Amino acid sequence: MTTAITAPSVSAAPPAVTLASKLRWMVSDTLTITKRNLVAILRIPEQLFFSTVQPIMFVLLFTYVFGGAIKVPGGHYVNYLMPGIFVQTVAFGAVSTSIGLAEDLQKGLIERFRALPMARSAVLTGRTGADMVRNVFTVIIITVVGLAVGFRPTTGVLPYVAGILLILLFAYALSWGFAVIGLSAPNSETAQVMSFPILFPLTFISSAFVPVSSMPSWLQGFATYQPVSVTVSACRALMLGGPTASWVIQTLAWTIGFLIVLIPLAVHRYRTRT
Amino acid sequence: MPYAIEADDLQKTFTGKHTVRALDGVTFAVEEGTVFGLLGPNGSGKTTAVRILTTILSADGGSARVLGHDVRKKAGLVRSLIGLAGQYAAVDENLTGTENLRMVGNLNHLDRATVAGRATQLLAEFNLADAGDRPLKTYSGGMRRRLDLAAALVARPAVLFLDEPTTGLDPQSRNDLWEVIESLVGGGTTVLLTTQYLEEADRLASRLSVIDHGRVIAEGTPDELKANLGATVLEVGLDTIEQARRTAELLASLGSHTPMVNGTVVEVTVDDGPASAMTGLRSLDQEGIVPTAFTLREPSLDDVFLALTGRRTEDETEETEDPSTRRRRRSRRRAATKAMPIATGELS
Repeated sequence: MTTAITAPSVSAAPPAVTLASKLRWMVSDTLTITKRNLVAILRIPEQLFFSTVQPIMFVLLFTYVFGGAIKVPGGHYVNYLMPGIFVQTVAFGAVSTSIGLAEDLQKGLIERFRALPMARSAVLTGRTGADMVRNVFTVIIITVVGLAVGFRPTTGVLPYVAGILLILLFAYALSWGFAVIGLSAPNSETAQVMSFPILFPLTFISSAFVPVSSMPSWLQGFATYQPVSVTVSACRALMLGGPTASWVIQTLAWTIGFLIVLIPLAVHRYRTRT
Repeated sequence: MPYAIEADDLQKTFTGKHTVRALDGVTFAVEEGTVFGLLGPNGSGKTTAVRILTTILSADGGSARVLGHDVRKKAGLVRSLIGLAGQYAAVDENLTGTENLRMVGNLNHLDRATVAGRATQLLAEFNLADAGDRPLKTYSGGMRRRLDLAAALVARPAVLFLDEPTTGLDPQSRNDLWEVIESLVGGGTTVLLTTQYLEEADRLASRLSVIDHGRVIAEGTPDELKANLGATVLEVGLDTIEQARRTAELLASLGSHTPMVNGTVVEVTVDDGPASAMTGLRSLDQEGIVPTAFTLREPSLDDVFLALTGRRTEDETEETEDPSTRRRRRSRRRAATKAMPIATGELS
């Protein structure tokens, strides 16, 4: 082995760090970590399945198997279903943030990141950022599959895109919640186990798949106003028409509330986790 | 000569289900361009010391400096000067070797051309050029460790921390890694190495501290430490405990310490292995004692501990470690036991 390339760099005094370079590094480090996480999604078959095949299966299952038995206002179940499928899929996808972070901790990768001169926030922003990119890809797939099975948005392209953006924003806020779980779990298996008891009530005790009016009255309050239902209702209104403003405002309130609480919590967990 | 690494009365307590005093006033200093060894059993506090020095963890008390910069107040600066490679081979499973090195280079804020060049060079240096585009899943344990070390070197750090770099590796991979570390030091890098293997500290380190229960219990050059100890351990297995007692009496004159009896096994540390073995066999033969085993071996960390503290390294992992690393240590301990065949019975 030659010693030339492994010799330490001569300049022991690095250049002074300015605020501008700090910000630039924050962005470039986030992009580096995002890219790394996206590569993982493409290379792990389970992950790819989770974000492509699973939503397709849900669309087909609810449209052709359960759909016939579910009576919805207006009668078109596939139209009723699709906003629910969007929100349910991105909510399930957020679990990968908790599993991924728990795995990075478990394998010692976070130790390496902590000893590097990178922006510390990048580990979290890169993880949630990769989730966001994956969700963009997922909602495109669902849109195509939905249109193929008879989904017909009635309000035009702009409201539809607004609905999609609202879903992506909501999913981003959820990712931070699951980041907190991932950083609290001793390993990735536990992270997964901890995530589903939160996820199942939120996605299934909701207006995503069935009208809330079909549920017992004591459940209707939760099922109407919990964050997943509110987001589904906002999307339904944006994509299919109906009173919109109230649902959208409630969705934004939940989303912003989550971000305000969960980002500092996740950052705190990341800093204090030994 | 200036010090590259200084640890001054480091203290760290982990609170939780079990409150654990991981570091109880650890002090040492490493001269620039040398290899310093931290030698100690599992749970002695070695890894905690490294994590504090690499800014991963903050100490409860005491202070530490790397190249004169306080690790707490100038953490960002320190991170840009150091490299860390650990026993867990913290590389990304889903990336290829090249992608791993490039990621670390990017996170060190090196420019694109430098990153690409250094990744290629390091892969060639570490005999991984052919494997550079393969995902890590196809790598052997030795290859992962080499890549882990290469990742620590992407930014050409002046100070390198190696936390048990060879634990769990087969002898050939271990030897390869030792050669790599030696050539690094030849190039002027300062290395802090933690290890459970006396042999490894002896081969690589110019000075070392033996650490136990978060305290430094001995310090010096490997030769000074071994002079305390006797160069070789003579191990004799017998049929009965009576025979073992008698053998211990017969061999007492050979050793630098009183022979130790562990059931039917007698151990004595000697300065001249072969000559002592001959003398020992002769005196056993005169008494008509036929040993069931007769071995000469290098002294282990266990022997160092026995000489320093009068007791064996106990299995103290469960109580004295940071809970989050406990699980990982368990598997590592299994590997360590395999690699270091030593008697593990209690001191009788």
